[in-house]
Amino acid sequence: MSALKIKKGSNKHSAYNLRPTFSDHVESHTLAVVVDNEAGVLARVIGLFSGRGYNIESLTVAEIDHAGHRSRITIVTTGTPQVIEQIKAQLGRIVPVHEVHDLTVEGAAVERELALLKVEGSGEKRVEAMRLADIFRANVVDSTLESFVFEITGTPEKIDAFSELMRPLGLSEIARTGVAALARGQVAL
Amino acid sequence: MSRQMTGAKMIVECLKDQGVEVIFGYPGGAVLPIYDEVFQQNGIRHVLVRHEQGAVHAAEGYARSTGKPGVVLVTSGPGATNAVTGLTDALLDSIPIVVLTGQVPTFMIGTDAFQEADTVGITRPCTKHNWLVQDTASLASTLHEAFHVATTGRPGPVLVDIPKDVQFATGDYTPKQKVKVSRYQPPVKGDMDSIEELVEAMERAERPIFYTGGGVINSGPAASQLLQELVNATGFPITSTLMGLGAYPASGKNWLGMLGMHGLYEANMAMHGCDLMINIGARFDDRITGRIDAFSPHSKKAHIDIDPSSINKVIRVDIPIVGDVGHVLEDVLKVWKARGRKTNSQALEKWWTTLADWRGVDCLKFEQTGSIIRPQHALARLEALTKEHDRYICTEVGQHQMWAAQYLGFEAPNRWMTSGGLGTMGYGFPASIGVQMAHPDSLVINVAGEASWLMNMQEMGTAIQYRLPVKQFILNNERLGMVRQWQELLHGERYSHSWSEALPDFVKLAEAFGAKGIRVDQAEDLDEAIKEMIAYDGPVILDCLVEKHENCFPMIPSGEPHNKMLLGDASTKDAIGNSGAVLV
Repeated sequence: MSALKIKKGSNKHSAYNLRPTFSDHVESHTLAVVVDNEAGVLARVIGLFSGRGYNIESLTVAEIDHAGHRSRITIVTTGTPQVIEQIKAQLGRIVPVHEVHDLTVEGAAVERELALLKVEGSGEKRVEAMRLADIFRANVVDSTLESFVFEITGTPEKIDAFSELMRPLGLSEIARTGVAALARGQVAL
Repeated sequence: MSRQMTGAKMIVECLKDQGVEVIFGYPGGAVLPIYDEVFQQNGIRHVLVRHEQGAVHAAEGYARSTGKPGVVLVTSGPGATNAVTGLTDALLDSIPIVVLTGQVPTFMIGTDAFQEADTVGITRPCTKHNWLVQDTASLASTLHEAFHVATTGRPGPVLVDIPKDVQFATGDYTPKQKVKVSRYQPPVKGDMDSIEELVEAMERAERPIFYTGGGVINSGPAASQLLQELVNATGFPITSTLMGLGAYPASGKNWLGMLGMHGLYEANMAMHGCDLMINIGARFDDRITGRIDAFSPHSKKAHIDIDPSSINKVIRVDIPIVGDVGHVLEDVLKVWKARGRKTNSQALEKWWTTLADWRGVDCLKFEQTGSIIRPQHALARLEALTKEHDRYICTEVGQHQMWAAQYLGFEAPNRWMTSGGLGTMGYGFPASIGVQMAHPDSLVINVAGEASWLMNMQEMGTAIQYRLPVKQFILNNERLGMVRQWQELLHGERYSHSWSEALPDFVKLAEAFGAKGIRVDQAEDLDEAIKEMIAYDGPVILDCLVEKHENCFPMIPSGEPHNKMLLGDASTKDAIGNSGAVLV
């Protein structure tokens, strides 16, 4: 599938015309939203989702351009194609929103999440946790005689799998960043 | 050349720079420096309302009747929260409003200070955008940006929250011309391929209809002109939403009347039976569509809207055109003319025959018999006696609003002010004050129900103080008529709290404020009363006692499609099923 450049405000290559938007099938989409880094902008985005009854599976935000006061919000959301189109259009209406990109339909994208997991235990379980961490390429960032803190990056599914394995081995706490995502290839947003 | 001044002075300068002539407001602690500046100048008139909600509705009336943004100045805390209903009303009806609120000083924000409220937090979902100004240096550019955002793209209300220390501090004033160009520039031109596609569909259509809305009026008088040209040149029938009345003249031969829940039979039947629906600046509101899955089942649908989020929101359309109505209509006309001004005239002729049959049903007919005034008769007489005047009509919300839309004819845009999306009782009276401020020599009538009118009756003080001869035409049925109608149709005639046992004497009420009060309860006296109301040079309350149990028809029962209209009382029994009953 060729990458569709759907710039904010464009109506030519709009996804309206391309996909049957009124299907009942619920899809997951990853949206990249570039915003002015100003007070309240995250509240506007979150308020839009809660006010209109949309789902947020994951949301991350950080400043990406200090001089230009830009932040990038990555949102993983679910909905029917019609709802996804509405979400994008509604996001585009927010005044400090510069660009809305649907990484799920605009071509291939990489998604990564970082998680920190505290695993407590001793003896065979501790050894097994260490061995599995190795397989998953998780790093130990803190250790006591009775515990580890693992740092792992990967797709959300990989982190799900790792945390499931850690559960019987003494997983006591987990912190996840949510998804950061970029389109593959040379072209930048 | 930069000019140093206080923030408060800057605000007044900004307003002048923006061409503001009138502001509606109410002073309080957090805006005292601004009021001090307002006191020391003559360029801008300030209208002291009696409640901040009234200020916003007055500004809406001003904006809607002039096409210019309405401006409101209120204090922090309760001043701001009282403005919330008006902001929401303006958001749903896309009315450009700039609301300035005072705020506690920046160093006290977050301390639960006296009259502190999180104004930008509270108003975030009910404004198009809002700002909290953190320092005087950015005040002027923020205000200019606020006017830009309110009036550009799909218009809407904006709010600027200004802490008191920002008003006191001094800084450089940035004039309008010096503000850097805003990044917010929604495209106004429609996509030409889609416009071509629409014109092709128009050339072939056998049963076309224009379905127009408030967007035509928001786009400006030129858009209404272009719409008239297009309608008359193609010979297609046209209907409009409540918000769009006046864009095409009611006396025009292609006019089918308003559509929707209480729209005309011919308009709704035409929407149901058409094969090409051209939505221009309307948004497929639920009052218009009725049951979604049975909405105009056999039509190709085109939708012209400046807001991309309106496209495919509730109704899937085949030809979406994102752009300003005026710009798009200009291109549509150009393309249609260039391609040879073609229509399917044979099919159109047949379509008009069908439409004539539907018109023949005469769904608005009523008989005025006996001495009790029927509300339809009251409005028919109001129309007859005022249509030659330079007239502006406001309404409150309810049965009277629907009757006004049905029985009054609007020949031009910006002549009809009503709360469509939010349905705000109490809108009409303050709105009429805003309209009269903008058009001091015109006849401004607020068609009201007694219940709605009482919601903002305090504005009588404003009308008197500023000598605004607004005419309050109250259809008094001593009921919440629309609520009562629904209780009759849906809730087994159990009239739970839908009437008032303690209505004021409206004549005495008018006199208490220093206005004129007239009461009429006999059909034969009605004309005289209306004439007296028009002739009086000052605010008038005309308390028109009408039939108490009249229902508003035609009606699409909730949960039903357009072709299942109720035309009168005989057809209403069990008309609304259980699934319809949950809808509002």
